Parts: sequence; structure tokens; C-alpha cells
Amino acid sequence: MAIIKHSQVVEDPWTTVTAVDDPLPSNDQPVIVSLARWQADRAALIARRSPLGLRLSSAESPAVVADDLAYFELFALEFPAFTDGRAYSHARLLRERYGYSGEIRAVGHVLRDQLIFMRRCGFDAFEVPRSGDAAAALAQFQAALSEIDVWYQTAPDAQTPVFARRQHMSEAFLNGTAG
Amino acid sequence: MSLQVVTANRLRDGRVIYLDAADGWSTDVAAARLCEDEAAATAALAIAAAAVAARRVVEPYLIAVERADGAVSPTRYRPVRYREVIRAFGPSIAAGTAAKET
Amino acid sequence: MYRYDEFDQRLVDQRVAQFRDQVARRLSGELTEDEFKPLRLMNGLYLQLHAYMLRVAIPYGTLSSRQLHQLAHIARRYDRGFAHFTTRQNIQYNWPRLEDTPDILAELASVEMHAIQTSGNCIRNTTADQYAGVAADEVEDPRIHAEVIRQWSTLHPEFSFLPRKFKIAVTGAQHDRAAIRVHDIGLVIRRDANANVGFEVVVGGGLGRTPMVGKTIREFLPKQYLLSYLEAILRVYNQLGRRDNKYKARVKILVHETGVEEFTEMVETEWRHIRDGAIDLPAEEVARIRAYFAAPDYQTLSAAPPEYTAKLAADPTFADWVRTNIAAHKVPGYAIVNISLKPIGGIPGDATADQMDAIADLAALYSDREIRVTHEQNLVLPYVRQTDLYLLWQELRRQGLATANLNLISDIIACPGLDYCALANARSIPVAQQISERFADLKRQHDIGELRLKISGCINACGHHHVGNIGILGVDRRGEEYYQITLGGTPDEQAAIGTIVGPAFASDQVVDAVETIVDTYVGQRQDGELFIDTYRRIGNAPFKESLYGNH
Repeated sequence: MAIIKHSQVVEDPWTTVTAVDDPLPSNDQPVIVSLARWQADRAALIARRSPLGLRLSSAESPAVVADDLAYFELFALEFPAFTDGRAYSHARLLRERYGYSGEIRAVGHVLRDQLIFMRRCGFDAFEVPRSGDAAAALAQFQAALSEIDVWYQTAPDAQTPVFARRQHMSEAFLNGTAG
Repeated sequence: MSLQVVTANRLRDGRVIYLDAADGWSTDVAAARLCEDEAAATAALAIAAAAVAARRVVEPYLIAVERADGAVSPTRYRPVRYREVIRAFGPSIAAGTAAKET
Repeated sequence: MYRYDEFDQRLVDQRVAQFRDQVARRLSGELTEDEFKPLRLMNGLYLQLHAYMLRVAIPYGTLSSRQLHQLAHIARRYDRGFAHFTTRQNIQYNWPRLEDTPDILAELASVEMHAIQTSGNCIRNTTADQYAGVAADEVEDPRIHAEVIRQWSTLHPEFSFLPRKFKIAVTGAQHDRAAIRVHDIGLVIRRDANANVGFEVVVGGGLGRTPMVGKTIREFLPKQYLLSYLEAILRVYNQLGRRDNKYKARVKILVHETGVEEFTEMVETEWRHIRDGAIDLPAEEVARIRAYFAAPDYQTLSAAPPEYTAKLAADPTFADWVRTNIAAHKVPGYAIVNISLKPIGGIPGDATADQMDAIADLAALYSDREIRVTHEQNLVLPYVRQTDLYLLWQELRRQGLATANLNLISDIIACPGLDYCALANARSIPVAQQISERFADLKRQHDIGELRLKISGCINACGHHHVGNIGILGVDRRGEEYYQITLGGTPDEQAAIGTIVGPAFASDQVVDAVETIVDTYVGQRQDGELFIDTYRRIGNAPFKESLYGNH
């Protein structure tokens, strides 16, 4: 697997520990834990000196940790199958409802043809199959994201929805600044 | 065991096709390779799987066929299930020729 | 009607290019069938029994003459010269080649059409009352809001992978012609006590394996909040709808299992968070969309002009057609014309390319270039002058399109059934044809009166059998086609799910059974009573007795 973040293939410094009784990496290593581990080991995890991430299954809403967001530098939201779209809502809740600004990483079945939706919902890092070299992976990623650049909806990414672009155009027209 | 043939849809145009005796595919059920036992059926499915991998066909499977009298079917064999009869010979209705009013 | 601006056009063009690339990746082997299937379904491309099937969206059932000509052209060039109008106001081609579909989508895009989200577990084509804008009993044109929903739901980043498909219908009229109570969301445009316009929001209706009539979760939603409220419903559903069992995944099951009060509370709570955010459209944008649906330039005409009433008196065949197929128009001197796609013995909802061209030409001559598609699989010309009706009728007759049977027993809804559909258990079309032939005598049909007969070839209920006054469901019983009959369903504002009358009938008995039901009604009806009213008065028992009494 490769991680693409901010349109670059990056080294992944994170270790993921999901089981409740698996050993954690040393204190200075960034670690991603499951919700169960977080709930079982909360005090010890907070006491670590290294960055902490939380991995949520698609059945686990970030609402359950809404009061703890300050502890996490990363959320890894799972896509167990391409048909399971719950994490799209979860990412939007993190960004829009809870104001979370750290990394939101898509993990699991992260299909090329779904990246464009994920990015719109607030994902900014993607675990993608490593096919070929980093340059090839990145080229695929960028091709997928450039297929559509017209969006009707408001979402947490930087895209301006069509209705706002229309308004902008008509205002520019009325002010004589069109063209 | 009943007589079987392998059917699938052709990838490029979706047409109903049958594996024939020469490892090719025919749109005519009359040209289908008859599998008379389990070994023949397994071998036919393996050929079909290769055709899936080669991007020629999709969703191959075995269907039961039976000897047909000429009145029922233009072929020597016809599928047993009526779903497969419709697949083999087309819709049972005359489409594209909307009835004119009297 | 709505016209694309540069943004709308750019999106469908990009979508065509995207699908062209996806097809190329499939044909090159980069994508397996398992990987490709969800992508092609998101563009309405199925693999059916005989071939691929392409379902093209007709947003809220509104077409221009130019678009209908293009649909005819596609039928000729890429298919077999005909196509099928569906119960979701869409059109289906039965024989396209995979290799041709990117070109077909490009041809559609050139007339501001697409196949986006006509399949898949996403928000499907939004449907509306076919008499939108011309019905006398309308608060406001539902197409304005259906277009708002079309744009919002197109490639929605959060709601493209829902637990199951999601269907929205809108009506602005008192009388529900859009079956809104059997949709995932039904919207009825209403006025509150202060004459403000808004929506009654109905959620959790649906047909299929577990038919349910939707529940009203909000009596009045101020209309400026339409999208934020829809987003709240969809967000609750996307997170909590069942994903473990596809037969329990529709929102109707969530509403049912959660309870309507608790479901409503969840939606309202979610909505309070987002209602004053950036989801709802600014008033200027709604006004921009509304302007496209301005009424045509109606002439000042007198109602029922003498040359029209003279034709009615002189030609009883014409008068019969007017009696059934013409609906009252809100403007004096105009008529709403229903074109039946149910000729006696024909295939319900099918039209040939020549017929489509003819209708497109007639719409250009007589109906401001506009055509509507109904969920009953018929077509409508919404703006016809009464003085033009006689000429129009003669033209329609020449094309086999003047059958005077709207809402009568031969105006049958039927899904494609096992003649085309990979999901079907039994054929629907031949049963529809035989019933239509049995009741071919229009005099008899007129005497029987309004009777909604609907046929589905499997439990997925595309033929809406649950809401037929007489519903017929095809089942497979040990390799034989059998047909189960339900009675008493209705799709309208008094929506009701039909009740199974008894054991299923073999395919050679089902037409007789329908005739027995009709004869029982005729024998029992009291003056002027419709079938459904007689049924509601006397219940299942007399029908059961006449169908099964001797056994």
C-alpha cells in the first residue's frame, strides 16, 4: 500500500494497532489505534509523547469521540467495500460539524473511481494499492481527480459549488467585469 | 446427469453466446458443445474462465438442455428452463412493431 | 423547460469522457467485470438477459421535441428501432453494445440529457406530476424543485453509495399522479395558514418485497429549506440504513424499525445543525431555475369553442378519445392530451423510433415543443389548444397512438418481465397483451370505467403491482410461470397496498381470473361506483368467492 497525501506519495510514519491487547510501538512512534483500544486504554494513550491517530470502522461514527478530537492528529476511516458509503458522512461530520482539521485518511477498499467523492467529503490522505512506482500511482490519482470539476453541492473541500459560480458570473456581468 | 452447455454474454456487445466444440463461442444454441458428464462440464467451465480472463465473455454458467422435437425448437437441443429458452431464442413477443389501431 | 448552462453542459460532457475512459479500461483488461459493474451501473448500463440495457434519465418526465427526436435517432442507430418508457419516467434501450455506449452518452449530452444515476445505490431520477404547470389543482410547478433536486443529487459526494437506491417524487397538485407515497421521499407542495409555500415531507414509502405507504415526517417545510432537509434525511439514512441485507436496506425499513417518531427526531436534530449553513440555494438561483419553467405564451381563448364542440358531437370516436385521454387544463381553451402507449395487444410503454419522431413533430406543432412522460408509461402533450384537438387526434390515429383507454383496464403498467429482465421470474408483457386483447372492446372498457391494472414479473415490483386496483405478480413455481393477484391497491393520495386474493393462477388461467374479478365488480357495483370504491365497500370476500368458490 502507498499513502497519497496532499497530492504526493509519502512515507507513512504511522503504525496501526487495532487489537486491544497487541503491544504498542515505542513511546516516540506515531500510532493509530482502534476505537476499542482507545476506549480501553485511553489514559495510557494520552500519556504517550507521540502523535495519536484513531481508526474507525464504517459502523463507528466519529460522534462518539466528538469531545476527544484534540487528542488525535489523524483519523483513518475504513471503506470495507466500495458499496459502503458511511465514511463519506463521517468525514463530513469531522470537518463540518466538529471542525476537525487534522489528517483524514481513507483506508480499505479505496477505489480509484471513488477518490473524487472522498476528497470532496474532506479526506486528504488515501491508502491506495501500490501498482508500479510512486510516479505512476500519483499519475493515476491525479487523473482520477481531474475527471470532474463541476459540482453542484457544498462540501468541505475547496471547490466552489455551481450555484455560487453562477452568482459570481452574474454579479461580474452586472458590474461590467465579465470576460 | 442431464445434458449441459455453457452460456455467457459477450463482453463487447452483451449478446447471448454458447461455448462450441472448437472452444469458440456461438450465438446459436444449436452449435453449443454438449457436456454429457461432470468432467466435460468442468472442462467447459475452465475454457469459459479463460475466455473471461481474455475479456471475451462475462458471467459464464452451465445450463441444462434437452432433446427437442422440431416443433418446439429449430435446434436439436433446447434449454430446459424457460428463462434460458427466452435467452436462446429472444423475447417471446414481437417487439418494435407496435400494434396499429383498428 | 430547463436549459443547460455552461456548467450543466460541462458536467455531462466530463461524465461522458469519464465513462469512455472506464469502458476503455474494461476492454483493455485494466478493470475486471466486478470492478466495472458498479461504474457502468452508475451510468445506467445493465447487463440483461439478451444484451446490455441502457436506461436514460428523463428528469421529472419532461422532454423537448428535439430531445425526443434524438431518442428516436439513438433507437435507430444504436438499437433496434424502438425503446421502452418506464414507471420512473425514464426510457430504456434493450440492445445497445457496450462499445457504443460512450457514443450514445455523447449523443444524449448533445441534447442536454444523460444516464447519470439511473441505477446504483444512489439518488435516482427525480420524478414529478406529469401535469406539472398545467393542472388546475396545483399550488406550484413541481418541476422547479425537481430540477433543484436533480442538480443537488447529481454526483453528490456523500450520497453516491447509499445502503440502497433512493427515489424522490414531487407533486404540486391536490390529486397525486406521481405516486409520491410509495417513494423513498415524496414531496407535496402545500400552502400553510399564512399562504407561504412549502412541502409536506413523506418518507419511507416503497414497493418491492416489503411494500409500505410513506409516513409524513413534516407537515410543512418552508421551501427555502428543501435541500438542507433532504440532506438531513439522507445523512441519517446513509449512516443508519441497513447494509447487511439488501432486502432490508431501503429507508422504508429504517423508518419502520426505528419508528416514525424517533426517525423524525433524528432528521430534525440533524437538520438543526445544517439548516442555516451553505447547503440551501440562494433565492437568486432558485429564481434563475424558476424562470425556465415560465408558462408558454398562452392565447386568450374561449373554453369549448364551437368548432371543437361540433367535432365532438359529429364524431363519437373522437368524443370517446376526448372523454378518456384529455384532462382539464388550467387555461381556458387549452387541453392536456394523453397519448396512450397501450394499444390493444401492444407492449405497454414501448414506442418505435417512427412514433417518437411523429410525437416530437406533433409536440412542435401543437404543444410548444414539449412532451411529458408519465409513470403509467404514457406520454402527454401539455399545451394543446382545444381547436387543434381534432387534427392532432387524426395524426395520432395514423401512428397507432390514439387508443382511448387512459386509466381503463387496458392502460396497463407492465415491467419488461422475463422477456428482457435478468431479475424477472415470469413474463409480464404477454399477460398484459392477453388482458388487453380480452378487453379489446372499448365500449366494454368504458362501461367498466377507471381501473388500474399493474403487472410485475418479480417481487421487485417495477410494474407497481402492489398499488394496482388489480395487481398481478409473476412468480416461478417449480419452473412454471404463475401469477398472484392482489386487489385494492391505489397509488394516489389515498395510497394503499393491495391484498392477495388467494392462490396464484397458472399463465393460462390468469386472464380468465381477471375477467371474473371484473365481472364480480360489475355485478356488485352501485350506481357510478368505481372498481376501487366497490372493492373498499365489499372487500376481498366476494372476489375470492367468485374466483375460488368452486374449488
